[in-house]
Amino acid sequence: MASSIMKQGRLTPWLYLLPALVIMFIFIVYPTFNTIYLSFLDKTSTQPASVNCVEGQPCWGIFENYHYALTNPEMVTALRNNARWLLLMVPGTVLCGLFFAVLADRVRYESLAKSIIFMPMAISFIGAGIIWRFVYYIETGSGEQIGLLNAILVALGRQPVAFLSNPAINNYALMLVGVWLWAGFCMTILSAAIKGLPSEVLEAARVDGASEWQLFFQIMLPMIMPTIAVVTTTMVINVLKIFDIVFVMTGGNFGTEVIANRMFTLIVTDTGRSMAIAVVLILLTVPIMIFNVYRFRKQEEMA
Amino acid sequence: MKPLTGLNRFFRNLPTHLAIVTMCVLWIIPTLGLFITSLRPREAVRTSGWWTVFRPQVQVGETEYRTYCASCHGVDGDAIAAADLSDPAVVSAYPRSNRLLTMLRRDLESGPHLVDPPLPAEPNAALEVLSPIVTYLQTLSGINPEAERFTLRNYADALVGYKGSQDYLTDCEQGVVSTLAKFDCDASDLLKPEGMGRAFVNTLIMAIPSTILPIVFAALAAYAFAWMDFKGRQWIFALLVGLQIVPLQMTLVPIARLYVQIGLAGTFLGIWLFHTGFGLPYAIYLMRNFIGGLPREIFESAYLDGANHWTAFCKLVLPLTLPAIASLGIFQFLWVWNDFLVAKVFLSTHPVLTVQVTNLIDPRGANWHILTGAAFLSFIIPMIVFFAFQRYFVRGLLAGSVKG
Repeated sequence: MASSIMKQGRLTPWLYLLPALVIMFIFIVYPTFNTIYLSFLDKTSTQPASVNCVEGQPCWGIFENYHYALTNPEMVTALRNNARWLLLMVPGTVLCGLFFAVLADRVRYESLAKSIIFMPMAISFIGAGIIWRFVYYIETGSGEQIGLLNAILVALGRQPVAFLSNPAINNYALMLVGVWLWAGFCMTILSAAIKGLPSEVLEAARVDGASEWQLFFQIMLPMIMPTIAVVTTTMVINVLKIFDIVFVMTGGNFGTEVIANRMFTLIVTDTGRSMAIAVVLILLTVPIMIFNVYRFRKQEEMA
Repeated sequence: MKPLTGLNRFFRNLPTHLAIVTMCVLWIIPTLGLFITSLRPREAVRTSGWWTVFRPQVQVGETEYRTYCASCHGVDGDAIAAADLSDPAVVSAYPRSNRLLTMLRRDLESGPHLVDPPLPAEPNAALEVLSPIVTYLQTLSGINPEAERFTLRNYADALVGYKGSQDYLTDCEQGVVSTLAKFDCDASDLLKPEGMGRAFVNTLIMAIPSTILPIVFAALAAYAFAWMDFKGRQWIFALLVGLQIVPLQMTLVPIARLYVQIGLAGTFLGIWLFHTGFGLPYAIYLMRNFIGGLPREIFESAYLDGANHWTAFCKLVLPLTLPAIASLGIFQFLWVWNDFLVAKVFLSTHPVLTVQVTNLIDPRGANWHILTGAAFLSFIIPMIVFFAFQRYFVRGLLAGSVKG
């Protein structure tokens, strides 16, 4: 990046930076360290966390809140669910986005089609939660099914299904909402990458008689791999922090608990544990953070 | 070229078209269902799915009327001038089905009334048939207003946050005071604390400064990162890239406690500052890439003309970075508008749209008519912004694609 070309006082840059740096320090840096500190204290932040230890049960001393965050059954469910979300929703959104980006590239109404897939990004997660609560709604009384999916099931002669409270399927029902929400995001970024491919290369391959499948797997895919990596890491972070969808649709009940919702549930009643969960959450994002800084440094070197 | 090439290509691409259209339809149906539901009368919402609006509508009693009466009185009820069933004066003589029954059992011109087919002989069964016919006659004559297919009454309920057993406008017209204790039935109801109207105002007050402040501070800092020399420039900027993904859950409690101490708890100023803090890393990152990409020559010539950094920033950088500012502004605005967690924690005394919507959720699912209306009210502004400025939004997304 270009360096200064104007005369400047030694303090001038800091005058421009100061407001931003001060605000970021107060709102991001300081609270992060404070949260780590609070995670070693009890529920009212007055005594060390070791007071939570129960006689006769394993005690992690000052790390007792982390004992809870990593071994409590509720938390084990949450961690397992977040892992499921990662394994299913991240590939789900990326593949969905890629599939649509590649297809839409070939038709004239591309921008309209892309707007439709992208639209859920404009509305709140809470709103999306309401939309899908209605799709999944089950009428347990004698009335007609007014939720779309159960109405279809009944029309096909099946029994209605409690999509959100049946532990066998509710997590997948929630993930589907996540895919619906985020596929447009992946599609937009991947679509831009596909548009940025040099057309000569694609033309040359077509002239050489490559089939569309070969073109996609052997030329396009390797060339947009870096973008796929970026999209995937972003989605990993989004999924780790998933909260609103679960909060509004099931409140974390019926075995759908996730890390961020557990943290929010305990925020007032047991600050120490809640903060330990937050720290676990940030530790999970650290690898991505390092990856991003590394990618940024590499970009800078190339520039 | 052969004339059939276009058609040929279309058929070769048919699977592609089918896949795209199917996906688009699947994507749009859930939102469409919510929207249509929000416009249906509450009784209809409760008893039938939103897709039934696409079926031809049958009025209550229309089938019974067509079976028993239409052969003589005609489909519109006015085939016999002497007994015009679309005349309110005739119909109001039979407000209840038992009155109509006695009339129908009497002979008409020395022959029985209703011959093809005759009414059921058993009185209760006859009344069961007649009751919908009476309703239909009232509809025909205009005594009973036609059941509306679509209504805006749900939106009125949602705006004022009304949870009565009838809708707000009807209760106001009828002056049902008991359920209206908190309401005045005038414009002031729009700002009642439990309504979406108030939440809408709160959201606007919350969102606009939360969008402008980070952009102002980010532009200043980005200029310094791009065109000034200072120690640790690279290092601080790399740190900033890392800060972009700190989950905001990390900071809620310390900031909430700080706010209680300094009296910012539950204030708009508090949430403006919080959103500014969390918007900054991404905003600086994006603005710095854009400002750094401006051609070096314009700064050199400005310097030769005697400009200092401040004039260069105000006169050159700000006008030239307007596209980036637009992208960033839309991105931040949508993010702030749609946020739930921060508003729930820091602004619970002034509920914003997302928080107010969750307050309206009835776990038994009994108030879909209000909830769908309320949800749609919260979509209006982001949808307008999104469709009007989609280009800028996409550009902002592409420039960073990492956001905390």
